[in-house]
Amino acid sequence: MEARMKKKQPSAELPLARRRRRRWFTMLDLMLLPGLVYLIINNYIPMGGLFIAFKKIDYSLGIFKSPWVGLRNFRFLFSTEDAYIITRNTILYNIAFIILLTAFGVAVGIMLSEVRKRYMTKFFQTTILLPQLISIIIIANIVFAFLSNEAGLINKTILPALGLEPINFYSTPKYWPFILPTVFVWNRIGYSSIIFFAAVIGIDRELYEAAVVDGANKARQVMHITLPMLKPTIITLTLIQVGRIFYADFGLFYQVPMNSGALFDVTNVIDTYVYRALLQSNDISKASAAGFYQSIVGFVTVLLTNLLVRKVDPENALF
Amino acid sequence: MAEVRSKRFSLGQLFLCMILMIFALAAILPFLLLVISSITSEEVLLVNGYSYFPEKLSLYSYEYLFTVNLASIGRAYGITVFITVIGTTLSLMIAPMMAYVLSRRDYNKRNAMTFVVFFTMLFNGGLVPQYLMWTQLFGIKNTIFALLFPNLLFNGFFVLIMKSYFTLNIHPALIEAAKIDGASEFYIYRKIVMPLSLPILATIGLMVGINYWNDWMNGLYYITKNHLFSLQNLLNRILVTIRFLNEFANEVRLDKELPSISIRMAMAVIGTIPIMALYPFFQKYFVKGISLGGVKG
Repeated sequence: MEARMKKKQPSAELPLARRRRRRWFTMLDLMLLPGLVYLIINNYIPMGGLFIAFKKIDYSLGIFKSPWVGLRNFRFLFSTEDAYIITRNTILYNIAFIILLTAFGVAVGIMLSEVRKRYMTKFFQTTILLPQLISIIIIANIVFAFLSNEAGLINKTILPALGLEPINFYSTPKYWPFILPTVFVWNRIGYSSIIFFAAVIGIDRELYEAAVVDGANKARQVMHITLPMLKPTIITLTLIQVGRIFYADFGLFYQVPMNSGALFDVTNVIDTYVYRALLQSNDISKASAAGFYQSIVGFVTVLLTNLLVRKVDPENALF
Repeated sequence: MAEVRSKRFSLGQLFLCMILMIFALAAILPFLLLVISSITSEEVLLVNGYSYFPEKLSLYSYEYLFTVNLASIGRAYGITVFITVIGTTLSLMIAPMMAYVLSRRDYNKRNAMTFVVFFTMLFNGGLVPQYLMWTQLFGIKNTIFALLFPNLLFNGFFVLIMKSYFTLNIHPALIEAAKIDGASEFYIYRKIVMPLSLPILATIGLMVGINYWNDWMNGLYYITKNHLFSLQNLLNRILVTIRFLNEFANEVRLDKELPSISIRMAMAVIGTIPIMALYPFFQKYFVKGISLGGVKG
C-alpha cells in the first residue's frame, strides 16, 4: 500500500510539473509585461519610426500614405551650412564637457575623500550637489540674473566696478563657448564628484598604509595609488559620455542662451536644431533627417567606442 | 615630533576645506542671488540691477503671486504635484517588478529581455518619430497624459540598476522557500522582495520624482494650452515673453503686462522650495543613486 503510494505520487506529479514548465506564458512574464509594453511604446516604436526620414510627411495624408522621397531630406539638410555647424558644436562642446567634468569630478572627489571630519564631508557633498536638483529653466533664470544687459549683476555691478564697458552677452557669440561649459560644470560637478568619491572610498586602505610606511607623502599617494585605482571608473564614465557625443543637453543649449538667434552659430546643436525645425519652423523634412543622422551616427559611435575599449582594456568594456 | 606632525596635518585639512568651501560657495551663491532678487523692491532692481546687497527689500512679488496670480500659479502647482505623485507611483509599480523578473536566474527569457531593456540605452529614435507617435497615434497633445508618459515613467538604466540590486541582495533560497510554502510569484514579489528592497525603491523613486518635478520638455513639445501648464512651463512661458519683449523692445513698449523681474524670481523660488525643503531628508538616497550610477550594471 505504502509502496504503491510512493510509486504513484511522483508519476502523478510529473506530467503536471512538466505541463507547468512548458507553459509559455507564466506569472513572471505577466509581471514583466507592463514594463515591456512601456518600453515598446516609448522606445521601440520610435526606433521603427526612423523611416520617416525618407518620406515627405504630409499630415493630410497621414504618415503611412505620405510619399517616399529617397534621400531628398538628407540632401536638403546637408546642402546648408547648418549640418556642419550643429555637428561641430555638438561634438566640440561635448569633448570640452567630458574633459572638464572628469577633471573637476576627480579633483573634488579626491578632496572630499581626504576631509577628516565626516560632517564636513557631508556638508560639502550636500552643497555641491544642489545645482543638480534644479530644473534648467530656473538655472537659465539665474544665469540671466548675472548676464542680462539691463539688470545683470555683471553688467550693473562687477564691470562698472572694474571700470569696464558693459557687455551684451545675449547677442555676442564669442563669450558662449566659455559660458556654456561653466554652467555645465557648475550644474554637474556634484554628480561627477560623488561618483569619484564613492570610487576613492572603495580603494583598499592597506595600499595607503603601505605607502605611508614607505614614506610616500599625500601627493605621491594620489599620483601612484588613487589615480591608477580610479582608472576603471574614469574609463567607464568617459566611454558612456563618448558614446553619447552626438547627443547634446537640450535644456542647456536651448534655455540658457535664451534661444537667442544672434547666438545660434555657437549654441545650435543637433537637439536644438531638430526641435526648432520640427516645432518652430515646421520643417519636418529637415528635422527627421537630422534626427535620423543623430540616431544612426550616435549608435555607431557607441559601438565603436565600446569596440575600442574592448581592444585596449577588455575589463572595462560596457558589453 | 608627534605634535608637529598633527599640527601640519590640521593645516593641510584647513587648506583642503578652504578649497572645497570655494566650490560650495560657487554652488550656493547663485541661488542666494535668486532668493535675494525675489525680495528686492522692483524700483531698486530696475535702477541698480540684480544685487546681493539691495537697497530696499519688498515682499510685493510674493504678495502679488499669492493674490492676483493665485489661480494660475495654484493650478500650475497642482499639475506639477499631480504628475509627480502619479508618475512616481506608476513608475514604482511597473519598473521594479520588471527588474525583479529580470533578476531571477530561473526566468527562461532572462537574457533576451535584459537585452531588450539594455538596447534602449544604446539606440533611440529621437524626437521626431516620438513626437509623431505620441501626437498622431495616441493623440496626447494637450492632455495630462503628455506630462506623464513620454520618456519620464522610467528608463532602461533604472531597470538595470534595480536588477543588479535584486541580484545581489535577494537570495534565491528565500524565493525557493516561499515557493515551497505555496506562495505565488506575485505574492513573493509583493510581500518578500519589496520590503527587502526599500532603499533602492526610495532611490529610484526619488530620481523619477525629481525628473517629473523638473520636467519642462514634455510641456514644451506637447502642451500649448495654458490651463495644462506645469510650474516649469509657466516659468518658461514668462521667460519667453521677456525674451520677446527684449528683442522687440523698440517696437513694443506698451508693456504694462511685462512680468516683473522680482515676480519671475519669486516664482522660481516657489518652484524650488519643495525640493530644497525635502533635500536634507532625501540627500542620503540621492547620493546613493548617483554612486550606483558609477557602478557597472
